[in-house]
Amino acid sequence: MVLVDSPPHPRGAEAPAPPARRTAPRAVGLLLAVVVLAGVALASIAIGAKQLPLDQVWHGLFHDTGTYADVVVGERVWRTLLGLLAGAALGLAGAVLQALTRNPLADPGILGINAGASAAVVTAITFLGVTSLNGYVWFAFFGAAAVGALVWFLGGSRGATPVRLALAGTAISAALYGYLQAVMIMDNAALGRMRFWTVGSLASATQSTIVQVAPFMVVGTLLALGLARPLNAMAMGDDTARALGAHLNRTRALSMLAATMLCGAATAACGPIVFVGLMVPHLVRSFTGPDLRWILPYATVLSPVLLLGADVIGRMIVRPAELQVGIVTALLGGPVFIFLVRRRRTTQL
Amino acid sequence: MKATRIRAVRTRGGLSLRVDARACTVVVLLVLAALAASVALIGTGDFPISAADVLRTLTGDGTRIQEYIVRDLRLPRVLVGLLVGAALGLGGALFQSISRNPLGSPDVLGLGQGATAGALVVIVLFSGSATAVTLGALAGGLVTGFAIYLLAWKRGVHGYRLVLVGIGVSAIVTAVNGYLLTKADIVDAARAVVWMTGSLNGRDWTQVWPLLVLCAVLVPLVLVNARRLLMTEMGDDLSYALGVRVERVRMVLMVSAVLLTSGATAAVGPVGFVALTAPQLARRLTRSPGPNLVPAMCMGATLLIVADLVSQRAFGADQLPVGVVTGVIGGAYLLWLLVTERRAGRI
Repeated sequence: MVLVDSPPHPRGAEAPAPPARRTAPRAVGLLLAVVVLAGVALASIAIGAKQLPLDQVWHGLFHDTGTYADVVVGERVWRTLLGLLAGAALGLAGAVLQALTRNPLADPGILGINAGASAAVVTAITFLGVTSLNGYVWFAFFGAAAVGALVWFLGGSRGATPVRLALAGTAISAALYGYLQAVMIMDNAALGRMRFWTVGSLASATQSTIVQVAPFMVVGTLLALGLARPLNAMAMGDDTARALGAHLNRTRALSMLAATMLCGAATAACGPIVFVGLMVPHLVRSFTGPDLRWILPYATVLSPVLLLGADVIGRMIVRPAELQVGIVTALLGGPVFIFLVRRRRTTQL
Repeated sequence: MKATRIRAVRTRGGLSLRVDARACTVVVLLVLAALAASVALIGTGDFPISAADVLRTLTGDGTRIQEYIVRDLRLPRVLVGLLVGAALGLGGALFQSISRNPLGSPDVLGLGQGATAGALVVIVLFSGSATAVTLGALAGGLVTGFAIYLLAWKRGVHGYRLVLVGIGVSAIVTAVNGYLLTKADIVDAARAVVWMTGSLNGRDWTQVWPLLVLCAVLVPLVLVNARRLLMTEMGDDLSYALGVRVERVRMVLMVSAVLLTSGATAAVGPVGFVALTAPQLARRLTRSPGPNLVPAMCMGATLLIVADLVSQRAFGADQLPVGVVTGVIGGAYLLWLLVTERRAGRI
């Protein structure tokens, strides 16, 4: 079943984008993206709710002597690192899930991964008395992983089709959100904590959080990047992909595994940040075309640009308070996303 | 596809109508289930009434206390539930057909979030009354719906662009909601969460009449256009060739769907997943292609009433809002259908 049909060409005479583009511009573009990412990362260390002059930032980075400014800079470094990792993980996972389900709406929310993490966290808060953010991490991760596996199994495991995976994920989300809301209505303390967790924030980054989640993100990233070629083949439909020699079931299983590891780890560390994984692959696809060998690296580099940029802005505009990154991402990214969807013929999956 | 059980009914005047026996059976069974659940729901509460007494009271032969409880307290609640469920099921089926995506339901496109934003503004910023919350939600839902439609308009609305624009709008509004919720004090936040879950508690005749008028106008309008909608599912070019004014049909149906969903959401809050799961469930039960509008509508009503019955019976009167249970029941039922479908080798 085709989920989304192609729109009619608005101007009949105009040919679609030329199929064969040169590799060089895209490679240069990727390099530029890395440079932009480095710039944003530095800005994220230098700019914050507490205004520090640049020489103090420099001092904190390279000659840490434990002064107040040095401690602030140290915290910002961890926060930036978490932003880099989580952003890359979310963008990459979104791209893989959209390719896997052949649905432009696929994101960690659709496959139930956010719901699994949220349900596990609310259980930990209400029934197990966990109160520290560090304690949430493992619950969120195991919730996400358990739901990922369940979606895979209920979606038909070896006979999984894109529609079935998406529907199974939605159905599980429905059930888990029912549970989540029931707990929040009955337990005000859980509501008090959950309403802050569910907007998604980088503010809780500490060294131990990052050490806990980083291995999953790194393995997931490598796995996902390696899946570009088989997923490319699968984009042409199951029969063609099989004829081209792709292992459908293996690719689907590995894609689910990679996406679960990436989203599970990112959600565990920052709470559910939905929009990055959905939006960045769309933006990337509009200038790379449908080739996943380019989409995946671009998404890996550009997603943290969005996440860190949003985080920096969130720290600047309401000083001395902060706006959570999940809110800024959507407020900034939403209009840009709509503009791009309207302006050009977004490349299809 | 297996041999279909579609029969043609012909009249002497030359009119012919195709009748899908399975779909008709499904609709009749769903209506019966909804009515049975309604009677059971009217009988449920702190003052239990037997089913026979409920029927007797409804036909006008009850005691005075039964008359009061049934007519003034529980019947309007049940009617609101039936109407809201039907409106959500129908709205969801329309959206999924127009966007050509099983996930393109109002939940995903941000209508629920838009209504929530309207309600949250009233609750958090103004601490408004229940009526003000309803009006705020209605305004929020309508503004969001038409904003999505206008933003997606570019020489016609196309399914793909509609869904993507909807997601963008939905993300923005969700962020605003999250922000409002973190800024609220805990009492307002708790009130907001109950509203956001969707609840039938305390609904009375003042909610029934507007909903009834809304459905009485829009449901026939939608059903008249159902055949054309079925044609547009074959693709724009083919339906033009078959004489369907695609853009006009789509506009009429979109506006109807937005009105149905916003009205239902304003009355009880954004009851989750009915609009998304009801059309999918209906489609799997009838096993027929196309938008399945009437089965989806009946499925929505049945789902909501059964969910309310379960929540009232299992957790005690007015303890748990119906939105909690619709998600659980709808989700579990959809999963069960997916599993049995796989066993039976369909799909």
